[in-house]
Amino acid sequence: MGETSDIVQVTDDDAIEIGEWRRVSKLTIAAQTLRTMVQGVIPAIIILYSAARDENTSEVFGYAALFAIPVLLLILSVTVLPAWLQWYRLRYRVGSSDVRLEQGIISRSARSVPYDRIQDVSLEQKLIPRLLGLVEVKFETGAAGKDELKLALVTEEEGERLRETVRELVEGSEDQALAALPATGAEDAPQPAVQPEGRVLFAMDQRRLMIFGLFSFSLVIFAVILGAAQQLEFLLPFDVWDYAEQYIRDEGYFEAGKYVDGMDTAARILGIVYLLLTVVVVGMVSGIAKTFVRDWGFKLERTAKGFRRRRGLLTKTDVVMPVHRVQALVLSTGFIRRRFGWHGLSFISLAQDSGKANHDVAPFAKMDEIEPIVREAGFTLPDGAEEWRRPSPNYYFDRAVITALVISMVGIFAFTAAIASAGQLEPGMTVIAIAVLAVITLIVAREFYLWRYDRHALDPAQVLSRRGWLGPRTQIANRIKLHSVEIAQGPLARWRGYCNLKFGMAGGNFAFNGLNLDDARKLRGAVLDSIASVDFANLPR
Amino acid sequence: MDAEPLTQLDPSYTTVMRIEGLLVTLPFVIGAGVLSFAEIVPAWAPGIPVLILVILLIIVLPMKRYRSRGYHMAADRLRVVKGVLFHADTVVPFSRVQHLDVEQGPLERAFGIARLILHTAGTHNASVTLPGLAFDNAKVMREEIRQHVKRESL
Repeated sequence: MGETSDIVQVTDDDAIEIGEWRRVSKLTIAAQTLRTMVQGVIPAIIILYSAARDENTSEVFGYAALFAIPVLLLILSVTVLPAWLQWYRLRYRVGSSDVRLEQGIISRSARSVPYDRIQDVSLEQKLIPRLLGLVEVKFETGAAGKDELKLALVTEEEGERLRETVRELVEGSEDQALAALPATGAEDAPQPAVQPEGRVLFAMDQRRLMIFGLFSFSLVIFAVILGAAQQLEFLLPFDVWDYAEQYIRDEGYFEAGKYVDGMDTAARILGIVYLLLTVVVVGMVSGIAKTFVRDWGFKLERTAKGFRRRRGLLTKTDVVMPVHRVQALVLSTGFIRRRFGWHGLSFISLAQDSGKANHDVAPFAKMDEIEPIVREAGFTLPDGAEEWRRPSPNYYFDRAVITALVISMVGIFAFTAAIASAGQLEPGMTVIAIAVLAVITLIVAREFYLWRYDRHALDPAQVLSRRGWLGPRTQIANRIKLHSVEIAQGPLARWRGYCNLKFGMAGGNFAFNGLNLDDARKLRGAVLDSIASVDFANLPR
Repeated sequence: MDAEPLTQLDPSYTTVMRIEGLLVTLPFVIGAGVLSFAEIVPAWAPGIPVLILVILLIIVLPMKRYRSRGYHMAADRLRVVKGVLFHADTVVPFSRVQHLDVEQGPLERAFGIARLILHTAGTHNASVTLPGLAFDNAKVMREEIRQHVKRESL
């Protein structure tokens, strides 16, 4: 296994030969080193710096600064050496039936992934590799993300070439498998007609990104700032906790209260409005920033082999999803964006999309933009002809009762605790009772509307489900691409005559909760009949 | 399609579950014994929870479990029903079976029963287990399902 002398050292414009051992780009060493430096050295400098500012130790660190440069050089060499060894001991081969990867400095691992197991080849570019013109190539096998074959890092051209070569070989192995079958008559196999290369199905320009960002209001930034303040507080010129302590000791809040007291009503209202506006503006700005970073240059194309999606400002990703691997569609929307006609479409497929099971294909689009993508994927949107059915009302009733009970218990507990601590009934305690009532009313209203809005349907080729009240989510699954059907019931469900219907779907979850038992049985029967009629091996893969 | 009668499992499955229950309760019985001898609490006190455990795990639950479980093998699908409190009724079409296992633990081997496991490609219900089949029966079922899988894939 240690035989590395037969590696053909390639120059970058070499075509990939089948069965030849290759190494990744030498620049990987630089990228690896840079990354370690950023992760390890910069915090070290910050610590040194802040320690040097501390008066007692500043003299010691004054000397230490003298050694800083040799120390840094030492760190550099310590990071470069393993990076070089890793590069030297890693080799890959694009063979006639599989992709092989051998790596490891002392303990070697050799992996082989046969072509007919490769779902997809995707490219990912993080910031540092991007500056160096490198990409990471991932061979996705549907192994839930953890055991995927990753090749870090190769030059951009090499990545593109690898993808093309492997994809062709994958197609070849599929054609062989298909040719071995006498009956390839899966009735609604989407026949990938020869399309002109790279027809753009959906793209988002800056204006669209801006609108999307405005709707992606997020207050995560406050949590991030708080977290950062906690992590990096030693860098601040004053101690936050000391300050807070002092504030309370000196009755600073009293001063502040007096200050507010001194203002007239208009000024108070203005103050509150100002505070709210700040929160809203910060939320919107962070939403916009997040959207721009993630979805910059979003482009979905229909190529001969499937859907190709490119996006990202700092981390660029380039993912290809073969059409026949799309298991189901998810059509989602939000509470406000829905009023303006904006929806998001994602695919559930075997491969993963940066840790998420769903692939965003049109995160923010109008229905008339989504419709052609859906058609291209071999699905149809609900057109009103299907018979929508509602889940059992008992399910929602029971859920409302259970949550209301839990909240009442919490309320009663809080109430008793308040009385116990105060020793008598005080008017302020009615607030608790009012809050409990308000929450319960809200929950009951929500369950009622959920019952009104949740629905499911069965059309000749698909199972459809719509869940949610204000921001409904529609899932559309292909009937023949399901693998098993289960009816599950807890004790309460059995008593009240409803059940959960769960479908086994590759790469995702598909379940209808709270169905009438008879309805669930009917659905199951119908779906099973269409599953059983098409063999797994004949499924459009 | 739900009207079809379920096939009961092999009766010795109950015995196996009883012995398993016995193995689970054994440490508790020993612990209770130690407690009574140590005279920390009245000698009869630890006996009550252990007795309840014994009745539940060795007498009641195996019986109930056995009664609640069953299967039905149709021409193109297998239905597995289980659950005393939480019911689950799963149907796997043979055409979606990826591979099959017949497994036997030492206890199961002693009583001549086996588990049949059907693996599918779905994320939910990736493997469906049917325990308590007579070993020969499990093998026959496996062959039958495999024939089916093979025939349709060729």
